Amino acid sequence: MADTGLISDVTMDLTADLSADVAAAEPQFADFVQLLKPRVMSLVIFTALVGMIVAPVHLPPVASFTAILFIALGAGASGALNMWWDADIDAVMKRTSRRPIPSGRIQPGEAFGLGIALSAGSVIMLGLAANLVAAGLLAFTIFFYVVVYSMWLKRLTPQNIVIGGAAGAFPPMIGWAAMTGSVSMEACLMFALIFMWTPPHFWALALFMKEDYSEAKVPMLTVTHGRKVTRRHIMVYTVLLVPVAMALGFTSIGGPVYLVTAGLMNAGFLFGAWAILRRDEDMATADKYKVEKHVFTFSLLYLFVLFGALFAEAVLHGLGYGAL
Amino acid sequence: MTFKPEHEIYRRRFSRNVGVAVALAGFVVLSFLLTVEKVTHGDPMHAIQGKGAVNPDGTPIVPGQTPMQVDN
Repeated sequence: MADTGLISDVTMDLTADLSADVAAAEPQFADFVQLLKPRVMSLVIFTALVGMIVAPVHLPPVASFTAILFIALGAGASGALNMWWDADIDAVMKRTSRRPIPSGRIQPGEAFGLGIALSAGSVIMLGLAANLVAAGLLAFTIFFYVVVYSMWLKRLTPQNIVIGGAAGAFPPMIGWAAMTGSVSMEACLMFALIFMWTPPHFWALALFMKEDYSEAKVPMLTVTHGRKVTRRHIMVYTVLLVPVAMALGFTSIGGPVYLVTAGLMNAGFLFGAWAILRRDEDMATADKYKVEKHVFTFSLLYLFVLFGALFAEAVLHGLGYGAL
Repeated sequence: MTFKPEHEIYRRRFSRNVGVAVALAGFVVLSFLLTVEKVTHGDPMHAIQGKGAVNPDGTPIVPGQTPMQVDN
């Protein structure tokens, strides 16, 4: 009896341990939410919302809410498909090693299934809530991010961020198209603003995350052409960003508030890019990439403030002020 | 009469099941509200084009042709 009891105890302990392990490995709802890259989704929601608000015509409230929801879910779906494809890279990089797939919480097939289902669902629902132009742009954005950027460019060329940045630039254009059913100069300039902003933003990040990208063998500019060239590229793309950002101020969605804000923010970004250009690696490692980290944070603020200024202009136009 | 103890899988998947239920319920509510809004704010409906259907000015609607719209 004593033996039986002992075996029984051991069996119970093993069963309990096994249950605990299975429970720990069971994907929770939050893991699936994490698969949709909620922080990227928040930026998509913000820029798409501004694209919708500054448009000259608007959908009724429920259709507008549905449109923004499914633009965000479409972005989330492309994030899930990106995580499915890049699971091998994510496992190597410190910054991404705790994502749901490399950490083993979600199986790659589950991520793929969720991504495909959400992609199809979000495109269909945006088409029903808004129009086919917006739905087509959303479908193209998902295709561009997953196939053109993730599958093709990311592992092939150091220009991956430059071309792939288009995927992140589409949301305000989709928001505009959802309201108007077409694409205009204003929508193209909002696209161009994010498109030109992406390279200096990501290269500032790459400067102080160098180990991650080289270990994962992702051909970031810092890895393939060195850090001096990357610093020069940040300066060049920031200079190219300025006229695009200022041009928006002279369209129907711009105005004095936007122009003043954009002028100040562009001056700040240019100053940061110039500070990065003047530094070398010895200076950067000595202060633990303080300037590079500062410029990266400032670039996030830059985009938020400029789209915030467009939003402010839309409010002022609504009140009868602000148009040039 | 005995009740079978609840399988531990229900406890393990509780948050996932609740999350899916809330998401599906939200989708149903949203679809309903969107339908109501589309019907009340949508384009003029062109469904009634059968025999005997007339335009607002009383002229008959020819099957296959778009009815006249009322300018509000």
